[in-house]
Amino acid sequence: MNPFDTYAIEEGVRLKERFNSGNNGNLDVEVIAVSMGPPQAEEVLKESISLGVDSGLLLSDRAFAGADTWATAATLARAIKKIDDYKLIILGKQTFDGDTGQVGPELAHKLNLPFIGYVSSILEIDYKKVKVKRLMEDRYEIIETRLPAAISVGKDINVPRVPSLRGKLKAKKAEIPVWDKNCLDIKEKEAGLSGSYTKVIKIFTPKVKHEVKIIKGSADEQVNELYKELKELGVI
Amino acid sequence: MRYFLTEEQQMIIDICRQIVDERIIPARAELDEKGIFPTEILKEVGKSDLFRLFVPEEYGGMGTGIFEVCIATEELSRGDMGVATSYAASGLGFIPILIYGSEEQKKKYLPQLASGEKLAAFGLTESEAGSDVGGIRTTAKLDGDYYILNGTKQWITNGGEADIYTIFAMTDPGKGARGASTFIVERDTPGFNFGKKEDKLGIRSSATRELIFTDCKIPRENIITREGMGFIIAMKTFDQSRPAVGAQAVGVAQAALEEALNYSKIRKQFGAAISSFQAIQHMLADMATNVEAARALIYQTAKVIDSGEKNIGRLSAMSKLFASDMAMKVTIDAVQILGGYGYMKDYPVERMMRDAKITQIYEGTNQIQRNIIALDLIKRGVL
Ligand SMILES: Cc1cc2nc3c(=O)[nH]c(=O)nc-3n(C[C@H](O)[C@H](O)[C@H](O)COP(=O)(O)OP(=O)(O)OC[C@H]3O[C@@H](n4cnc5c(N)ncnc54)[C@H](O)[C@@H]3O)c2cc1C
Repeated sequence: MNPFDTYAIEEGVRLKERFNSGNNGNLDVEVIAVSMGPPQAEEVLKESISLGVDSGLLLSDRAFAGADTWATAATLARAIKKIDDYKLIILGKQTFDGDTGQVGPELAHKLNLPFIGYVSSILEIDYKKVKVKRLMEDRYEIIETRLPAAISVGKDINVPRVPSLRGKLKAKKAEIPVWDKNCLDIKEKEAGLSGSYTKVIKIFTPKVKHEVKIIKGSADEQVNELYKELKELGVI
Repeated sequence: MRYFLTEEQQMIIDICRQIVDERIIPARAELDEKGIFPTEILKEVGKSDLFRLFVPEEYGGMGTGIFEVCIATEELSRGDMGVATSYAASGLGFIPILIYGSEEQKKKYLPQLASGEKLAAFGLTESEAGSDVGGIRTTAKLDGDYYILNGTKQWITNGGEADIYTIFAMTDPGKGARGASTFIVERDTPGFNFGKKEDKLGIRSSATRELIFTDCKIPRENIITREGMGFIIAMKTFDQSRPAVGAQAVGVAQAALEEALNYSKIRKQFGAAISSFQAIQHMLADMATNVEAARALIYQTAKVIDSGEKNIGRLSAMSKLFASDMAMKVTIDAVQILGGYGYMKDYPVERMMRDAKITQIYEGTNQIQRNIIALDLIKRGVL
């Protein structure tokens, strides 16, 4: 499982427990884990059930292969529209490999929902709105928005639990429905490689070239020399 | 080496390993050093359903056998025996309710213990009554609809942390062992207080405390079965719980063996890894063989108990005796293999050696286990 998704799942399950304990009024909360991926992604969805999620849903079709973030968001959006009665979409803040962090905002855009990224705490939530706190580079922000909405979370939001034995047994028996392109009523050109605006051509580690210049002399001479160099480079 | 485990049993092991790796190992040195009770870790253990194992499904449990409790205890003990002791002691505390409690008592207490929301403790030992449990002086006097408890229990695991206590007290002091009874006492009952918390050699993250009863009034219906059944309940409870003490011993010994083996491969002396020296190899071989033998005896005992066999006292005592003596030797040898480093707190084996010692003492010392085994041999023959 993508590490950031473990926090999203934990937060979903905690919300359910919060509502079920009656602290937020007695709402019937159901947590559904949705994943687009190859048939093997079923395992990840089962894992999420062992962690307390109610059910899993796999979006899988050859036509979905090679999707970039936009096509992924498009496919997820179709599925979520079909689920229909949803209040909050929680995403991991980014994937472990692609690292773009784009799927969340794109999905929200497609569904016409408010999006709040990098949420570090859900302060208040009821049937109509959610109030969250998020950590920016230099400040905290507290934002309230109406529901439905989408948020993304990182590792500062919670410590994911260890699966339970009953959860694991439930996961073992669980049937994960698979929705394909027909089921989602999504056109081939919207999904997968053909629905993608971007294509990864090559992945490589950039060669870092270090140019080292050692400045010698007394401390005063070194400072003067360094000052001259930096000035020439336009840094100061 | 793995036994023929069912998928569910393997799941139990996987869950325990995740708890050990993610929660226990990063915390254990500090828990030991400062003697901190592992509240958060036990909550996680509870959320993972591990307290539910042995409890029947109708009381919120999972209705497994002692075998499952043993594999869970073994795995947790690989991480920290203080945590494993606190886990197992809650089980020890609720076994009397499980095997002799009334329907009402089971319904009232087992679900919250099975969920791990509450912990239990088992209060038998007193300052003057250790091996000789017939010497307990705590009394319970019937007064209308209540029993009035007076006396002090000593060295009670989970004391002060648990919510539900099964307490052994004399209802008929003149009758000796036949005059004892067992009661369920809830934490906040007036007249029930906690004495000092012990500073111990090992299992330092577990809480060991005095329980003090001063005219402590408990409802009459809190007696387990009837007056005079106390010692039968205690003995039957130990028959069921002792294999789990053996499982603690196997777990801590396994952990020490793993540390010693890994270290022997990286430590170089005289230009070679110490694992290339036959003296070290033979120690490792003996350690591994003994761990495996003890594990086999524990698993066998647990399976026999789970099969419903009635005469389990001898086997249960054997499993605890053999595994705990084994664990003491294996953990001492692990320190020896690590040499001076093994003696330092920077490595975990000195703690494992300190922790292992308790398995030879509690739930009946190993001398008492030998007494049980010998008496049963003489009474029933070799079988
Ligand atoms: C950390 C810790 C946790 C504990 N947790 C609990 C708990 O949760 N609940 C509880 O009720 N108790 C608990 N105990 C008590 C424990 O069960 C007793 O310590 C144990 O039964 C031994 O009693 P004792 O220490 O008084 O030793 P003693 O009975 O005084 O024994 C001293 C020595 O004499 C030997 N001896 C005694 N009688 C005989 C005999 N007949 N034949 C041969 N040798 C004999 C013993 O083996 C031992 O070597 C705990 C103890 C410790 C140290």
